[in-house]
Amino acid sequence: MSGQQQVLPLGDWAADAGKNYRADHLLVAGMVERGSKVLDVGCGEGDLLQLLESRGIDGRGIELSREGVNRCVAKGLAVVQGDADTDLVNYPDDAFDYVILSQTLQATRQPKTVLENLLRIGRRAIVSFPNFGFWRLRLQLLIGGHMPRTDNLPATWYDTPNIHFCTIKDFVQLCDEINVKMERAVALDLYGRPLRLIAPWWFWNMFGEQGVFLLSRAEKAK
Amino acid sequence: MKVVTSKPSPTIAADERSHEADHPTSPVAQFGADQPLKLDCGIDLSPFQIAYQTYGELNADRSNAILVCHALTGDQHVANIHPVTGKPGWWETLVGAGRPLDPGRYFIICSNVIGGCMGSTGPASINPATGKVWGLDFPIITIPDMVRAQAMLLDRLGIETLFAVVGGSMGGMQVLQWTAAYPARVFSVLAIACSTRHSAQNIAFHELGRQAVMADPDWHGGRYAEEGTHPHRGLAVARMAAHITYLSDAALHRKFGRRMQDRDLPTFSFDADFQVESYLRYQGSSFVERFDSNSYLYLTRAMDYFDIAADHDGVLAAAFRGIKTRFCVVSFTSDWLFPTSESRALVHALNASGARVSFAEIETDRGHDAFLLEVPEFFDIARAFLQSAGKARGLNDGRLA
Repeated sequence: MSGQQQVLPLGDWAADAGKNYRADHLLVAGMVERGSKVLDVGCGEGDLLQLLESRGIDGRGIELSREGVNRCVAKGLAVVQGDADTDLVNYPDDAFDYVILSQTLQATRQPKTVLENLLRIGRRAIVSFPNFGFWRLRLQLLIGGHMPRTDNLPATWYDTPNIHFCTIKDFVQLCDEINVKMERAVALDLYGRPLRLIAPWWFWNMFGEQGVFLLSRAEKAK
Repeated sequence: MKVVTSKPSPTIAADERSHEADHPTSPVAQFGADQPLKLDCGIDLSPFQIAYQTYGELNADRSNAILVCHALTGDQHVANIHPVTGKPGWWETLVGAGRPLDPGRYFIICSNVIGGCMGSTGPASINPATGKVWGLDFPIITIPDMVRAQAMLLDRLGIETLFAVVGGSMGGMQVLQWTAAYPARVFSVLAIACSTRHSAQNIAFHELGRQAVMADPDWHGGRYAEEGTHPHRGLAVARMAAHITYLSDAALHRKFGRRMQDRDLPTFSFDADFQVESYLRYQGSSFVERFDSNSYLYLTRAMDYFDIAADHDGVLAAAFRGIKTRFCVVSFTSDWLFPTSESRALVHALNASGARVSFAEIETDRGHDAFLLEVPEFFDIARAFLQSAGKARGLNDGRLA
C-alpha cells in the first residue's frame, strides 16, 4: 500500500530491561542517538525522560496535566506545563534532534498540524500510538457492537481523552500525504514487544497493538 | 482567629528605623569613590554601602553560593530575627536546616537592595555631600541597578559564580535580571511568582500607593526626616492597598468572611467592624514601624520600570539567547498580581532560546503571598530542582567539601 520502509528493531532494544522501564519506552529510547537533545511532548510523569537522561541524553518535556508537570519537576526534570495543540508553535525550527510524541497523537485536536510541528521543531520525530486496526478492537466493534475497550485503552467512549484514533494504515497514509519519511517502523504486540518479523502492512495493522515510528523530513519532491 | 488592632508608634520606631538605615546590625560592604555604582539613570552613586546577611559556609571551590533576592518590602534578614520587629526571618519557610535552602549545604547570601532602608544606601541614608538624609535627592534606581550592586558585593566576597539565584516577586525580577546581565555567573535560577516586566495593572497599584504616601501632609515633599515626621498614615494606606493584591478573594473569604471584630452587631460607624478591616489596619500600622516611606516610593518605581524585553529590542527571547543557566519558574494559580500567564510568557521565551527550563504552577488559593508561606508542593519542587542542579554542578550531594 505504501512505499514506506519497515525495519526490524535493533538487537539492543532491551538493554535496560529489568529496570521497570516500559517496553515501548525502551524501544523509543533505543531510537535516540546518545548525546542528542530531545523534547518529549506529553511526557506524563517523566518515566521516558528519566530513562533518556540516564543515557546521557538532554531531555526536555511538555505535559498538559499540572500534577504530571509538578511530579516531573520534583524529579529534577526540565518539564513545562503546556499543550501539544497550542504550545508547539512557540518552539523555533530545528530546536531539537528528536521530538517524541508517545501515546499522545490520538488525544490532540489537530494531529496533522501537531505532526508537522514535530518535524519542524525536531530534525526527527518519534511517534507512537495505539493501533485502532488491532484485531481485538475490530472484533469488539464487529461482534460486540460497542466501542472497543482494552487494558491499554480502558476509557469509555464518553470520558476518553482520545478523540482522534487511527490505524497504522491511516498513519502511514498521513505520512505519505505530508511528505514525511519513515526511517523505522515497528509494531508492538499486546505485551509491548516488537513483532519480530517483517510482514505486510496489513498484517501489522491487524496484529500490532501499537505502532512506533521514527520519522524524518522527506526530501522535497520536485 | 484573634485580630489585633494597634496604633502606630512612629516616634520610637522612627529612631530604630533611621538607625538601621545607616548603621545596620548586618555586616556592610562599603564602596568608596573608586568604585561607584553606575546607575541606569546616568548617575554614578558614590560612596555607597550594601548590608547583607549570610548563612552557612562557602565550600573550598566556592561552588555552593546561593543568592536570595528579597521582594519589595523584604530585606536581608531572610532567616534570622529581624532587628527592628523582633520577628523571625521572612523566608524561614524556605531557608533553614532541613529546608530546601539548607545552610548545611549551601552558602546563602541575601543583601538589602540599593534604595532599601535596612542598611544599604537609599533615600533614608545620610547623603555624605550634605550631611542630611537623601530623601528625594536620591537618584532613581532600577532592578538592573540592584543586581549590579549585588554583583559588586559578590566580587567583594570573592564569589565568581553563583550556584543559584532565588527570589519571588521583585526578588524574582532580580533573579531574571541576573540571567540577562550575568548569564555566565549563574548556574541555576529559581524565579517565583514574578514577571519579566511590570504590567499596567501593577504599575497602577504602585501609583496608588505612592499617591497615598505623597498625599499625607507629614510627607513634606519627601523631607519628613528634617521635619521630624513620618507619613505613617499615607504609607499605611499604601500598604493596605498593596496587601489586598497579595491575597486572593478566596483566601480573604476563607480567613475572614464577613465576620465581625470583637462584636456581634455593626456599630453604624466607620470603626473596623469587620475582621478584614481590622486585619488590614494592623498590616498597615505594623509596616510603617519598619519601613521608610521614600524607600517605598523608590522601590515601587524600580519595579514599574522593569522590562527585560525592552532592553533587547522588544524580543524577550533575545535576552536569554544561548544561555546555559538552568531555570525553574514557579507560579501560583490564585496569584493575580503576577499571574501564571506572565510566567508562561517567560517560559515560551526561554524555550525559544533553547534554555533548560522547568515550569510548575502550584494550586493554592493564597494568592501572590503563597511564595512566602508553607506550601509543601512548592518546597518539593524547589528542593528537587536544586538537588538535580547540584548534581549537574558536581556539588557532592550538597555536602561541604
